[in-house]
Amino acid sequence: MSALEFAQKIKARFGDLVSEPAEFRGEITLRLADAQQIFELCDFARRQLSFDYLVDISSLDNYGEDPRWTVVYHLRRLANGFELRVKTDVSEEKSELPSVIGVWRTANWHEREIYDMMGIRFSGHPDLRRILMWEGYPYFPLRKDFPLAGKPTDLPGVAFTKPAPLEGGPFVTVPGGKDAIAREPRVRTPED
Amino acid sequence: MATVQDLEIRDPAARVGGAVEELRDLQGEKMVLNMGPSHPATHGVLRIVLELDGEVITKADPDVGYLHRGDEKIAENMTYTQFIPYTDRLDYLAPLANNVAYALAVEKLLGLQDRLPPRCQYIRVMCAELARISAHLLGLGAFAMDVGALTVFLLTFTEREKIYNLCESLTGARFTTSYTRIGGVARDLPPGWCAAVRKFLQEVVINLAEVETLLTRNRIWVDRTKDVGVIPKDVAIDYGLSGPNLRGSGVDQDLRKTHPYLCYRDLQFDVPLGSVGDCYDRYLVRMEEMRQSVRLLHQCLDKIPGGADNPAGEPVNVDDGKIILPPKEKVLSGMEELIHQFMLVTQGVNVPPGEVYFGHENPKGELGFYINSRGGGTPYRLKIRSPSFVNLSVLSHLMPGHVMSDTVAILGSLDFVMGECDR
Amino acid sequence: MQTWSEIGYDSKIEGDVVVTRIDAALGWFRKNSVWPMPMGLACCAIELMAAGASRFDISRFGAEVMRFSPRQADCMIVAGTVTYKMAAAVKRIYDQMAEPKWVIAMGACASTGGMYRSYAVLQGVDHIVPVDVYVAGCPPRPEALLDALIKLQDKISRQPVLQGLTIASALHAPAKS
Repeated sequence: MSALEFAQKIKARFGDLVSEPAEFRGEITLRLADAQQIFELCDFARRQLSFDYLVDISSLDNYGEDPRWTVVYHLRRLANGFELRVKTDVSEEKSELPSVIGVWRTANWHEREIYDMMGIRFSGHPDLRRILMWEGYPYFPLRKDFPLAGKPTDLPGVAFTKPAPLEGGPFVTVPGGKDAIAREPRVRTPED
Repeated sequence: MATVQDLEIRDPAARVGGAVEELRDLQGEKMVLNMGPSHPATHGVLRIVLELDGEVITKADPDVGYLHRGDEKIAENMTYTQFIPYTDRLDYLAPLANNVAYALAVEKLLGLQDRLPPRCQYIRVMCAELARISAHLLGLGAFAMDVGALTVFLLTFTEREKIYNLCESLTGARFTTSYTRIGGVARDLPPGWCAAVRKFLQEVVINLAEVETLLTRNRIWVDRTKDVGVIPKDVAIDYGLSGPNLRGSGVDQDLRKTHPYLCYRDLQFDVPLGSVGDCYDRYLVRMEEMRQSVRLLHQCLDKIPGGADNPAGEPVNVDDGKIILPPKEKVLSGMEELIHQFMLVTQGVNVPPGEVYFGHENPKGELGFYINSRGGGTPYRLKIRSPSFVNLSVLSHLMPGHVMSDTVAILGSLDFVMGECDR
Repeated sequence: MQTWSEIGYDSKIEGDVVVTRIDAALGWFRKNSVWPMPMGLACCAIELMAAGASRFDISRFGAEVMRFSPRQADCMIVAGTVTYKMAAAVKRIYDQMAEPKWVIAMGACASTGGMYRSYAVLQGVDHIVPVDVYVAGCPPRPEALLDALIKLQDKISRQPVLQGLTIASALHAPAKS
């Protein structure tokens, strides 16, 4: 059986909730329409299809689009090395989805990091607190509307932050645009 | 006549046991000990909040993030080539391996994996294996130093200095090399480098044998590491461990064998596996991995296309002007090369929209890059799947039940790097 | 107890000469036994360890005793990126060190924040502790760190130890508590 067939088994089990498997550069991606079913999908993948290794959970900020968050799970089957990517969208008003810590215990720290960096909450997580920044830090740094230089904060006794001197901001190039002048590196606002 | 049984001598340990039980009823309070971020044995800035019942640990809560530098946010504001120096500083004990991992991830997104010239692949494998030897040497040195065997640290650092010399002649820097580029490497091997590597390989094997005689059958070492920090197979898989930690528990997973990349398919090497999953096993796995890396390096030196000095001029970069910077003499004289140079430097490599995940077998485990791109020269999202971050999450499961002095052995055997853990 | 006045060093001019010589002697003692406290945070810590290993041998300068306890150390070598989360710990450790104390900011990250201009990195450890020597490099070679140590030694030897303390005032000085 190939990785595509495993993906199709998931599609067969979950029907319309799961998109057709897409392939890019040899990797299979499935999109799950309803983020609240993620635990069932992961549980099925682990118990029935033996995807026993969770490689990574990432999060994306689709700024300007709705739903704003995308959470990406990378699964692997250790027996023959097949990999699968499962993506699911979460809207900004909800910003919450079930934790998969019951399926793989490694999800604990990954989900804490996503909460810390993006602000997406995981229901059912036993200990959802910040892991890379300190408790009480008011912002979620990896969001697109948070500047690279940071914002000034002060938590007396714990930590303070000051904006980093970026001399006007990181000069970034963006793709597309009608010509090279539109793409040249300059200060960008989150809107573009 | 009184027999021995009549005397009823209770052995002293049993008597102490009784007293301790009484004391435990009286005490009942646990001590919270903060193994702070600045600590000689935590291998970087790791803070562990330990709850102790006497000497026995009942709860361990690692607190990471003291070296969180914001690499992922920085990556969203840089072109792919500009981010390469940041990858050096992830696992700063093996920067060449991180460079190779990142370059392979971006090349997978570009679809260049099959177009890499063979000489480039062999050079990258040599870099990755040298980095593996270097990282394991330091990991072992620090582990042994923390457990108490100070000489091993100095021995391993001597060999690492030789690796630093090799890196310096190859890349210009002792470590933090930034050697690979998207589509190739920064420059070809300097003349005499392969001979220097061969000489080093002869010496490192002698040094490893010396470390072996100091540690492997050393009674104190075995007592301190055997059956300490046992990670069973299912726990290791469930917690997502990778690299020598996973293989020390007996799980046969090596990304160089399961998902071969570069030219590992053409090279012979074995993957050492542990049986019990304790600190001693992980130490043995790392020692053997170093020997396997030496074996791989010998094969690469023998098989590298173009030979040691490349008289035939085998390419080391992909032949594509839109990815690799053109040579300077062409830039200053030709229009097309000038435009390519300008576009590559200001706007970066034009990567197609899409997403990839690429996992590389780093010395610490599986270093993965998840790149989500919407086209253009900067990634939309770059997630670094760091092995040390995941390896450290097992601490809260592993430490309870051990005594305080085992902490150091467990931390040393897990061999993590905070630069990678916190990014 | 024989006082200096009996030997004839009571005069103001000769008293200063004696003070200067003690200064030089004490400076020499101090500079050749600087015990560093390695605040090894990131990659520079590896170069710090390499400076302590056999090839670059910081022990030649009397500094191989890397004391991790701040109470026993003279010089704090901040090696690596100081993040805002770590800054409080660095400051607390600096405060625990006993006078006289010095700080070497090793590497670009400790001096100015280095290439990490981001929301989480303190842009230079001199925002929280006073730095005596900055070492450039990313990471600086161990030889650069040894050069910084030599510069620090020069600074220490020039520091007046018994500043403004003449023999007369020492005799009549109130007892130190």
